Amino acid sequence: MSTGNIVDWTGNMADIGPLYPFVGSEGLLFVLGMAFWIGWHVWQIRMENANYRDDSETLRQNNNMDKALRGERVLRPL
Amino acid sequence: MDSDIGALTIIFTEFYYWVTVVFMFLIHVGFCMYEVGASRTKNMMHTLMKNTMVIPLVTITFFFFGWWIYWAFPNGIPFITGEVPEAAAANTAWSELMAPNMQDRITGVFWAAFLLFSWTAASIVSGAVIERIRSGAFWLVAVMVGSVTWIIDAAWGWHADGWMVRVLGYHDAYASGVIHAIAGGAALAVLINLGPRIGKFRADGTPRNIVPHNPWLVTVGLFLIYTGFWGFYVACNIPIWDVQSGDGVFYSATNIYLAPTTLSGITLNFLMSLSGGLMAAYIVSRGDAFWTYSGGLAGIIGASAGNDLYHPIQAMLIGALVATIAYKMHYWVERRFKIDDAVGAVAVHGYAGFLGVVIAGFMLWGYPSSPNPEFASISPWGNFIGAIIMFFVLGFVPAYVLSAFLKGLGALRIPREIELVGLDLSEYAGRYMSEEDVKNAELEEARGAGFVR
Repeated sequence: MSTGNIVDWTGNMADIGPLYPFVGSEGLLFVLGMAFWIGWHVWQIRMENANYRDDSETLRQNNNMDKALRGERVLRPL
Repeated sequence: MDSDIGALTIIFTEFYYWVTVVFMFLIHVGFCMYEVGASRTKNMMHTLMKNTMVIPLVTITFFFFGWWIYWAFPNGIPFITGEVPEAAAANTAWSELMAPNMQDRITGVFWAAFLLFSWTAASIVSGAVIERIRSGAFWLVAVMVGSVTWIIDAAWGWHADGWMVRVLGYHDAYASGVIHAIAGGAALAVLINLGPRIGKFRADGTPRNIVPHNPWLVTVGLFLIYTGFWGFYVACNIPIWDVQSGDGVFYSATNIYLAPTTLSGITLNFLMSLSGGLMAAYIVSRGDAFWTYSGGLAGIIGASAGNDLYHPIQAMLIGALVATIAYKMHYWVERRFKIDDAVGAVAVHGYAGFLGVVIAGFMLWGYPSSPNPEFASISPWGNFIGAIIMFFVLGFVPAYVLSAFLKGLGALRIPREIELVGLDLSEYAGRYMSEEDVKNAELEEARGAGFVR
């Protein structure tokens, strides 16, 4: 069993190409990488929006904005 | 790698670029320190994280498609203005050469050198927009500038076969336009859609000076940017290249266009243009530390387009002139158009970069833009058109469109109430509170142990 093309370091070095395992899976890795990247943005933007929405709501209630500007704790801990 | 001299040349070149990457990392450290120092205490952590996350986001996208763009776009827009060169195939994210491979030793380090330029381009925008942009919106702009638009301009005007070099004779050896003008143009576009920070302008329209909360951090950050700039300059060269046309061999360093220059020459010019910028900015800003340091940067950026060929005193005078104009432009634009550029990025990078390209067109008029004698020679009009392409076409326009789209969705700027209380209170309150909780717990512990009565 070997995940790569290399089983020993003997032979002609000029014949050795890729060193990483699972040669041939580059296209799939690219798709996975792109999905990870786009998914991260979607997750982050949702998280940021929810955070601001909750905090804005809290700050608009009662006298919370005034308290926050004076340094009092009105927002939820993380 | 089958002869001693061949192996030494390859390994030296590999190591050369690798070292430039390490130096250029300091540019990003400097930008982070600079921005955090320039922000108010209520926004420090948000400011830091906004710029820090440029690193992974631009890195992965530059791997996925940015690097391919550099090799695919030298003829303009692929399949419309020209074919995709064969070299592009080896630089896709799925190429076997974009990974550990015994048949290639240069792609990764060359990619990384360009990647660090990409971080810089995105990071320039970051400083201008602090304290009111949503992180998610900024990171989309950062990916666009860092992994798409700047690298298109690099393919066009900073590539040995780029169409701007071939047709216009565009010359921009150390990226006055290719990185600084485009990033400055993009920053200006985002600022227009973003608007000024609350309190920046009085009711009568005159600006207030929102001072850095930590001037020492700002100045150390700018020193680090100077340091990283050395790596940047060196990375813009090919260290060993046979520049002799016809018979014979003559090895020299070259600029990015494979035209001869020397590391000695660019060292002289880097330091002289830095000095010219510092000295002029000290005078025009009346000794203001923030602007004196920034003027040093503007001096380098203003001379960079031609610093492979200028005389050092020319570089000094150009640096002084450009730093002065950039300073004056910053305040004129701020007053006239109510643009709140928190760190002067549009002036230091955008206006200085634009001017640097234009000045190089005059100063180097008639010089060959490339070793290829069929390419157009350097001219004022070629570089002026190039400067317009950098600042407006690839810098301002795409960033304006994206930021206007995000603004339309309500996704560009943070809510007003959050801006008033500070981004850190909203996003990092829990961490500050737990520090205080721990202090109280320690006090309780001390009381319990009898250390405190």
